[in-house]
Amino acid sequence: MSGARLGRVLVLAAAASLVLGACAGGGGGSSSGGDATTVKIGFMGDLTGENSAIVIPPRNGAKMAIAEYNAKNPKTKIELVEYDSQGKPDQATSLITKAVGTDKIVGLIGPAFSGESKAIGAQLEENKIPSISPSATNPGLAKNGWKYWHRVVANDNDQGPGIAEFLIKAKSPKKAFVLSDDQEYSVGLAEAVAKTFKDKGVAVETDKFAKDASDYSSTVSKVKSANPDVIVYGGYYAQLGRLLKQLRDGGVTAIVASGDGSLDAQLISGAGQAAAEGAVLACPCNIPSADVTGNLKTFFDNYKKSANADPAIYSTEGYDAATAFIKAVEGGNTTGEKIMDFLKTVNFEGVSKPIKFKDNGEPEANSIFIYQVKGGVLKLLGPSAEAKLEG
Amino acid sequence: MLQDFLNQILPSTVGGLVIGSIYALVALGYTMVYGVLRLINFAHSEIFMIGTFASLVLLTAIAPAAPATFGIAMIGTLLLCMVVSAIASGGAAVLLETVAYRPLRKRGATKLAALISAIGASIFLQELFALEIIPWLTDKPGRNQASAPRFVPRDELFHIGNAAVRLDHVIVIIAAVLVMIALDQTVSKTRIGRGIRATAQDPEAAVLMGVSIDNIVRVTFLLGGAMAGVAGALYLMEIENTVFNVGFVLGIKAFTAAVLGGIGNLRGALLGGIVLGLIENWGAIFLGSQWKDVIAFTVLVIVLMFRPTGILGESLQRARA
Repeated sequence: MSGARLGRVLVLAAAASLVLGACAGGGGGSSSGGDATTVKIGFMGDLTGENSAIVIPPRNGAKMAIAEYNAKNPKTKIELVEYDSQGKPDQATSLITKAVGTDKIVGLIGPAFSGESKAIGAQLEENKIPSISPSATNPGLAKNGWKYWHRVVANDNDQGPGIAEFLIKAKSPKKAFVLSDDQEYSVGLAEAVAKTFKDKGVAVETDKFAKDASDYSSTVSKVKSANPDVIVYGGYYAQLGRLLKQLRDGGVTAIVASGDGSLDAQLISGAGQAAAEGAVLACPCNIPSADVTGNLKTFFDNYKKSANADPAIYSTEGYDAATAFIKAVEGGNTTGEKIMDFLKTVNFEGVSKPIKFKDNGEPEANSIFIYQVKGGVLKLLGPSAEAKLEG
Repeated sequence: MLQDFLNQILPSTVGGLVIGSIYALVALGYTMVYGVLRLINFAHSEIFMIGTFASLVLLTAIAPAAPATFGIAMIGTLLLCMVVSAIASGGAAVLLETVAYRPLRKRGATKLAALISAIGASIFLQELFALEIIPWLTDKPGRNQASAPRFVPRDELFHIGNAAVRLDHVIVIIAAVLVMIALDQTVSKTRIGRGIRATAQDPEAAVLMGVSIDNIVRVTFLLGGAMAGVAGALYLMEIENTVFNVGFVLGIKAFTAAVLGGIGNLRGALLGGIVLGLIENWGAIFLGSQWKDVIAFTVLVIVLMFRPTGILGESLQRARA
C-alpha cells in the first residue's frame, strides 16, 4: 500500500496533527503488575488518521495475540503500547524518541507504512530495538542495511510477478492486456506485470488513462480490438470499478485481475455485482474470509470475538508480528538485543504464512494471496502457488 | 498500426459522440454566461456535479422500482431524472449568481474579482460535497464515490461495421440534441431570448429599451444551469457513478469545447463538444488513452491559431432572430 494513499496522509492540517499527537501514545500507563515482570512492546501506525482503516486491523491482531499470551499467566507479561503516528514520518520520529527514552520498549510492531518506517529505521538501529512491520511493502526498506528491521509481508516487487505468474498458470494466456491509470503505484504495478508476462512469452498490449477520467470508451475499444485472454489493471478500486463496468458493458468477457490497491469491498459496489463477478485480486496480505478452515478459521473466530469485526487487511500479519515477539519473550529474552538474536532463528507456522526472516529482515515466505469476487463478496482462494480459480 | 486503426475507428467514434454530447451540454452554460456577462463561470463544473447528484438521489430513492428493461417506465425515469437534475442545477446556478456574482456586479467590481469569486465558489461546492453531503448520502466517511443503480439496459440496437451502438448511446445523443434545439429556439424565438441577445449585444442599450439586466442574467444562469443538469443526468445514466470532483476535468473539457466552437455561440458549443469528443477518442487510437487531454488541447491551440474566435466564431448576439 503505497503511493496515493500515503500521499493523502500528508495533506492533513498541521494543527490537527499537533492536537492529535498530544493524545497519541496514551495507552502507556503503569507497567508493574504483582510479582510478574512486564516488558513493553510498541505498536506504531496511523490509528486515527485518513488511512487508519488499514492499520486498525493489524493493531487488533497484535492486541489479540498479546491478550491470549497474557491470559496464560506467564512469568513475564507483555504490555502493548500504542503510538498513533497518523502515518506521518515526522510524528513517528518524535514518538519513537518517547518510546525508547521514556517507555523503554524492547520491540516495535510497525511502523505500518513505508514512509514512517524509513524515517525511524536509523533510530531503532541506534537503540537496538527490533521492529517487525505487518504492512510496510516498499521494496527499498530492506536495502538500508538495517539489522533490527523486519517485516512479515511480501514487498511490492513480489506482487506484479505474483499476479502474472498466477494468471499464466491458471489461464495459459497467449495475449494479455495490461491497463493502469497514471498514479505512481498503478504504473509501477502495471509495468512489473507486463514485464513478467513478456519474459514468459505472453504477448502484451497496454493502455493507460488519467486518474480522473471517467469515460473509458477508447480503452474499451482498444481492449475489444486486441481480444486478450487476460486483463490486468494496476491501480485502485475507484477507477477499476468504473473500468470493469464499462468493459463488461462493451462486451469484453476476459478475466480481469488487479492488486492490493483494488482489494476493497467498494470495488464491488462501484462496478456493480454483475460486472465485478469473477474479478481476481492479489495481495501480499492474507485476509481470511468466513469459509476458511484450520488455523485461519480459529483466527477468524477469535478475531471476530475480540475485535467485534471480521478480519480485515493485515490483521493476520499483525498477529504474526506480535507472535514473533511473544515467542522471544517466552524464551526468556527481555532486552532488545536478546530479542534480536532470537528473531534471527525464529521459525514457526504463523497464521498468515510461515514466519522466518532472511538476513535483511524480509520474510522467507513472500507469498502473494489470491482473492476472487464470488456472489458479490471477496473470497480468499489461498496463496498464489496453491490457489485455483473458480469458474 | 493500420489494423488497430481499422478495428478501433468505429467504436471510438461512437464513444466520442456520446462523451462529446455531454461536453456540448455543459459547454452551453459557459458560452451563455460568457456571452451575456463576459464572465467565465468557473463554478459551472460544480453545477454539473450537482446535477449528477440530483439524479443519483432520485435513482437511489426509487431503486427498487427502477426498471432495467426498455419501456415506458424507463423513459419516464429518464425524463424524471433530467427534469429533477435540471431544476437542481438551474436552481443552484441562480443561487450561485445571487450569492457569488451579483453583489460584486452591483459594486462595480472588476471581472478579475468575479473570476476569483467563481473559483472560490467552485472549491467551496466541491469540498461541501466531499466532506458533508457525499458521506451523508453514502453513509461512509471519506472522499468516496457514489454509485447509481442501472435503469437503462445496455441492449445493442444495431451495428455500424464492428461498432455496437447501444440503447444508452442513442439516448445520450438524441436527448442532448433535442435539448439543444429547444434552447436554440428559446434564445432565437422568444421574448426572453431576445432580451438575452440584446443584453449580449449592448447591455446599456438593452436597459434603455426596457430590458431588466438582473432578470436576464438570472435567466441566463438558469438556462445554462439546467443544461448542465441535463448533462449530469445523462452522465449518471451512462457512467453510473459520480464523485465530488466529477466536474473538474469535464468542466475544463466543456470550456475547451465552448472556445473551440466559438465562445458565446450556442451552435458552436454543440459543434465544439462533438469535435472534442471525437478528436480525443481518435487520437487515443494511435497514442494511447493517457494522451487524450494532450491531444484535445493541442487541437484547441492549432484551431485558435488559424481561427482565433473558434470554428463558428464568437457571439451570442449574432444568433439569428
